[in-house]
Amino acid sequence: MTAAADVRRRQIPAEIRRRRMLAAIAEHAILIALSLCFLLPVVMMLFTALMTDEQALSPKLIPDPFVWSNFKTVFHQIPLLRYTWNTTLYAGLSTLGVVLSCVPVAYAFSRMQWRGRNAVFLLVLSAIMLPTQVTTVSLYIIFARDLDWTHIQWIGTLKPLIVPSFFGDAFSIFLLRQFFMTIPQELSDSMRVDGGNELTILRRVILPLSKPAIAAVALFNFIYAWNDFYNPLVYVGTNPDGWTLSLALSSFRTLHHVQWNLTMAAALIFMIPIIVLFFAAQRVFIEGITLTGVKG
Amino acid sequence: MFLLLSPWIIGFIAFTTVPMALSLYYSFTHYDLFTDPRWLGLDNYRYMFGIGDAQDPNFNTAVYNTLWIIVFGVPLRIVFAIGTAMLLTRPRKGTNTYRTLYFMPSVAPKVGVALIFVYMFNPATGPINQFLNSIPGITAPLWFYDPTWSKPALLVMGLWGVGDAIVIYMAGLLDIPRQLYEAISIEGARFWHRFRYVTLPLLTPVIFFTLIIGIIDGFQYFDQAFVSGNVASGQSQVLGKPQNSLLFYSLWIYQNAFVNFSMGYACAMAWVLFLVTMVCTAVLLVTSKRWVHYGGGLST
Repeated sequence: MTAAADVRRRQIPAEIRRRRMLAAIAEHAILIALSLCFLLPVVMMLFTALMTDEQALSPKLIPDPFVWSNFKTVFHQIPLLRYTWNTTLYAGLSTLGVVLSCVPVAYAFSRMQWRGRNAVFLLVLSAIMLPTQVTTVSLYIIFARDLDWTHIQWIGTLKPLIVPSFFGDAFSIFLLRQFFMTIPQELSDSMRVDGGNELTILRRVILPLSKPAIAAVALFNFIYAWNDFYNPLVYVGTNPDGWTLSLALSSFRTLHHVQWNLTMAAALIFMIPIIVLFFAAQRVFIEGITLTGVKG
Repeated sequence: MFLLLSPWIIGFIAFTTVPMALSLYYSFTHYDLFTDPRWLGLDNYRYMFGIGDAQDPNFNTAVYNTLWIIVFGVPLRIVFAIGTAMLLTRPRKGTNTYRTLYFMPSVAPKVGVALIFVYMFNPATGPINQFLNSIPGITAPLWFYDPTWSKPALLVMGLWGVGDAIVIYMAGLLDIPRQLYEAISIEGARFWHRFRYVTLPLLTPVIFFTLIIGIIDGFQYFDQAFVSGNVASGQSQVLGKPQNSLLFYSLWIYQNAFVNFSMGYACAMAWVLFLVTMVCTAVLLVTSKRWVHYGGGLST
C-alpha cells in the first residue's frame, strides 16, 4: 500500500507539486490570519483588564504598567461574589432539573411504543421553534400576580428561571431522544425477557450507554443558563440582589460608572468558567453539536 | 409511560400552552398590570399595522432592522462557515488547534462579547479604527455611534461566534463519501465543479438546518443589540440606540412590556412574531423538498 502510494507520489510533476505547496502556504496563511482575528478580542479583553483607568480610555493597546490588582478592586466595587453565586445557582439547579426531567421523557419518546407517539413528538419539536417572547410576557404576568395567593413573590427571584427546567426542555428532549434511538433494541428486549420493567431498562441499559449524550445536554444547559441574559433580565431585572453576572455586566457601565478596565476584569471572571469548561469538555461539545446538526 | 412523560406534560401545559393562550387573550386587551385588562378587540393589531387612525411609530423600524440582520447575517454566517470548514477538513497539521480557536468564541456569553466589541469598535480609541485609519484613503466609520454602521458592527460581532456552525459543517463535509470526489475527478472536474456538483448538494441538509436555526434566532435577536446599544450610548432607559438603528423586534416587545407596561400590545406583537416564525418555517420545510438532497452520505 505504502509502496504504491510512493510510486504515485513520485509521478506527480514538479510543476503541480510547486502549485500544491503554494496552495498549502496560502491556506495556512488564511487560517493563521483567521486565528488572529478570533484571538484578538480575547487578548484585548485581558489587556484592558490589566490597564489603569486612563490607559483603558486611551488608544494604547498594551498595558503599562500591568495592574493585576484590578481583579481585586472589582470585587470591592460591586457585589461580584453575590452575582457569581446567583449565576451558579441558576446554572447548576436548572441543569440538574433538565437532566432529571428530560431523560425519562426522552426514553418514553424513543424506547417505548404507544399510540400517537410521533404526533406528540411533533409538539416537542414545535416547542423548540417557539419564540420565547410569546410566553415570557404572560409568564411574567402569572408570576407577578396570579401567584399572590401563595404569598410567594416570584418576580425578583431566581425561581422563574429554575423551576420550569424541572418540567422538561424541548431541545434537550430532542437531543436525548436522537441518541437513545441509536441504542440497539435487542438490549432492552433481553432485559425485558429477564423480567425487567421500563425503569430497570432505563437505569441498567440506557443510562450507562448514554453518558456522552447526557453530558452534552448537561453542558449545553449549564452554558445556556450561565450566559443567559434575556430571562434574568425579565424576571429578576428589578431586584439587583438577584442579578446574575450577565445582568450585572450589561449595566456596569451605565449604572455604576465602572471604568472599562474593571468592566473587562469582571467580564473575564464571568467568562473564565465557560472557557475552562470548554477546554475540559471539547469532545463532548463537538459530539453534541454534531448530533444536533447532522443527524437531525 | 405517563409517569415518565409527566414532567413534560405538566411543563408543556403550565409553561407553554397556558401562557400562550393567556398571551393571545391579552393581545386583544389593554393591560398595564395594575388595573384589570380592558377588552379592545383588534385595536392592538390595527395600531401595529397602521390600519385606521394611528400606527405604532417604531413598528416598521423594528421589522426593518430585524429583517436586515436576518437577510445579511444568516447567509454571511453560512458562507463563512462553509468556507472555513472546507479549509479545515483538508488533511493537514494543526487542524485541531485551528478548530479549537474558531470554536471557542461561540460558547462565550453574548453580553461579554458585546462589551468587548463595543470597546474594540470605539471610533477614537478602539484597535479596529486605529487599524483602519492607518490605511491611507480610508475614513473609519463611527460604528455604534452611527445609525448606518451600527448593524454592520453587529454582523462582525456575529461572525466571531460562527464556530458552532463551522463544527457542524465540518461534520457534514467529512460525511461526504470520498468515492464521489474520486468519480468526478476522473471526469476531469476542477475545484468549482467538484464544489458545485458534489459538496454543495450533499451539504444541503446541513445548510437547511443552519438556515432554519439562523432565521428563528434572527427573529429573536436581542442580547447583543440590547447591550451594545446601552453600553455605547451610556444610558439604559431608551433602547435601540443610535437613532433606533438597533431597535429590533424583540427589543421593541421588551420595551412595550417591561418599560411601558403595555402588556396587551406586547402580547399582540409576540403573537405576530410567533405566526411569522411558523409561516417561515413551514415555507422552508415545503420548499426544502426541491433543494435539499437527503441520502448520499448523510444519515438523516
